[in-house]
Amino acid sequence: MLKLEGVSTGYGPVQVLYGVDLEVQRGEVLCLLGRNGAGKTTTLKAIMGLLALHAGAISLNGHDLSALPAHDVPKQGIGYVPQGRRLFAELTVAENIDIGLMTRNKGPATRDRVLEMFPRLRERLAQRAETLSGGEQQMLATARALCLEPSVLLLDEPTEGLQPSMIRLIRETVEAMRREGVAIVLVEQRIEAVLTLSDRVAFIENGRSREVVDTKTLDRTSALFKKYVGV
Amino acid sequence: MEFGPHLLLATLEGAVGAAVLALTALGLSLVFGVMRVVNVAHGEFYMLGAVVAWFVASAMSAHPAFGFMAAVLIAPAMAGLVAILADRLVLKRLHYDPEATIVATIGILYIMQQTALMTFGPEARPVAPPFNTRIPLPWLEYGENGFNLFYPWGLSTTSYKLFVIAAAAVILVSFALFLSRSRFGLIMRATQLDRETALTFGIPVERVYSLVFGLGAALAAFAAVLIVPIQQAHYLMGADPLLLSFIVVIIGGLGSLRGTVVAALLIGMSDGIISVFFSPTLAKILATLLVALVLVFRPQGLYGKKRA
Repeated sequence: MLKLEGVSTGYGPVQVLYGVDLEVQRGEVLCLLGRNGAGKTTTLKAIMGLLALHAGAISLNGHDLSALPAHDVPKQGIGYVPQGRRLFAELTVAENIDIGLMTRNKGPATRDRVLEMFPRLRERLAQRAETLSGGEQQMLATARALCLEPSVLLLDEPTEGLQPSMIRLIRETVEAMRREGVAIVLVEQRIEAVLTLSDRVAFIENGRSREVVDTKTLDRTSALFKKYVGV
Repeated sequence: MEFGPHLLLATLEGAVGAAVLALTALGLSLVFGVMRVVNVAHGEFYMLGAVVAWFVASAMSAHPAFGFMAAVLIAPAMAGLVAILADRLVLKRLHYDPEATIVATIGILYIMQQTALMTFGPEARPVAPPFNTRIPLPWLEYGENGFNLFYPWGLSTTSYKLFVIAAAAVILVSFALFLSRSRFGLIMRATQLDRETALTFGIPVERVYSLVFGLGAALAAFAAVLIVPIQQAHYLMGADPLLLSFIVVIIGGLGSLRGTVVAALLIGMSDGIISVFFSPTLAKILATLLVALVLVFRPQGLYGKKRA
C-alpha cells in the first residue's frame, strides 16, 4: 500500500536517510525501530512531503506521493501524529479538530465518530490545546489525525511520557484502526509496546533500512534489539 | 474654559491618527505574525493606497462621494494585488528567509516609491472628502448655576473625521471576527502557530502567505484612503506610518491583534495630544522612549507571548 523505495533525503546539506526501503500493507502495524538519530522521524517527515527527496520514490497504491506539493500529501489519506504532538497550542480543542476535518473536507459524522473514541475531548472542546494534560494532548493529536479518515496513519512516539492508562488508550486506538484496515507506521522506543502492538518491525540504523522481521519471531531477548537499539 | 476644551479637541485629532495607525499597524503585525516577514515596504503600500485613491477620485467627475467610494474599493484591491505579485515574484523565491526578505522588501520600497514619483509626480495632491460638515464641539462646565453648556464655543471637528474613526473601528471589529470565526481566519492562525504541522494537515501554506501579504497591504491602503482627504497624497508619505507601525507592533506585541489596537491608541492619541500642547518632536521622542522601555522590560510587548 504505502511504499518507500530507495528514499534519500535530509535537512538542507545534511543527509539523514540513505536509500530507505519500506512497505506497509492495509491493516498492518509496521514499527520503525532504531537508536536516536537513526532517521525514524525523518522517514515520517519524508512520507509527509516535508523534505525534498534527493533520490528514491514514495508511493501510495501506486500513486507517486513524492511528486505532490507537501499540502496535497495528507489529502491522499495520510494522517500524521508528529513527535511532541505539535498541536496548534493557542487554538481550542474544537479548532484543532476542525483543522483535521478541513484537510479532506470531512463533516460532523467524522467529528462525532472521533469524539466518541475520545470522550474526554468532548468535555474540553472550548479549552485551548495548551491547557490540556499530556495525555489529553496526545488524544487530541491522534483525534486530529483520525479526522482525515486516513488509510495510512503515521504515529511518532505516541506514548512518550504518558501514564499507563493513556498508553493503553492509545494502544486500543491503534488496534481499532488496524481492524478497520488502516496501514499504520509506528515509531516506538519501548520494546514492550513494539512486541504487543506491531505486526512487523523494520530496523533502521544510521539512515539505512536494515532487517524487516515478523514480530512473532522476536522476543525481549532478541539479538536484533541488542544490535540496533542497544537493549 | 481653557485646558479642557483644547484637550477634547486634541483627543479627537489623536483618535483620527490612532484609528488610521491601528489599521496600518495591523497589516504589518499580520504579515510578521503569520509569515515571519518584516515588511519594510509596508509604508509604500500605504502610499500606493493614497496615490491610487487620488487617481481614481480624479478620474471620476461626479460628486466627490462617488470618487471616494470607488477609491475605497479599488485602492486596497490594487495594493493587495501588487503585494501578492511581490510575494509570488520575490518573497516566495527567497523561501521567506527572515533576513533576505528584509533586504528584498527594502528593494520593493524603492521600486514602489520611484514608480510613484515617475507616474504621480513629486507634488502633494488632495482628494476631496465625500462629506465634510463642520461640527462645533459642545463643552459642559460646572459653574455657580450647575452645568453650563457652551455651544458653539469656537473650535470644531468635521463629520469626515468622525467617519474615519468609525470606519476604522468597524474594520477592526470585522477583522477580529473574521480572524476568530471564519474558516480562513482559522487557517491563518494555524499557519502562524505551526507552519510545518499546517502543511501536514493540507493547508497550502504558500497560498496562505500570498493572501496574508495581500491582506496586510490592503489594510495599509485602506488606512491611506481614509486619511488622504485630510492629509493629501505624496510619494514619500509612507515613511512615517512605517515607523509608527513598527513602534506600535513592538509595543503591542507581534501578532497580537489586541496589543496592536491598544498600542495604536496609546501612540496615536499621545502623538495627537502631545503635538497639540507641546511639539510633534516631543511626541516622537516619547514614543521612541516607550519602545526602548518596552524592549528592555517586556521584550515580547504588552500582549505578546514569550517565545519558547
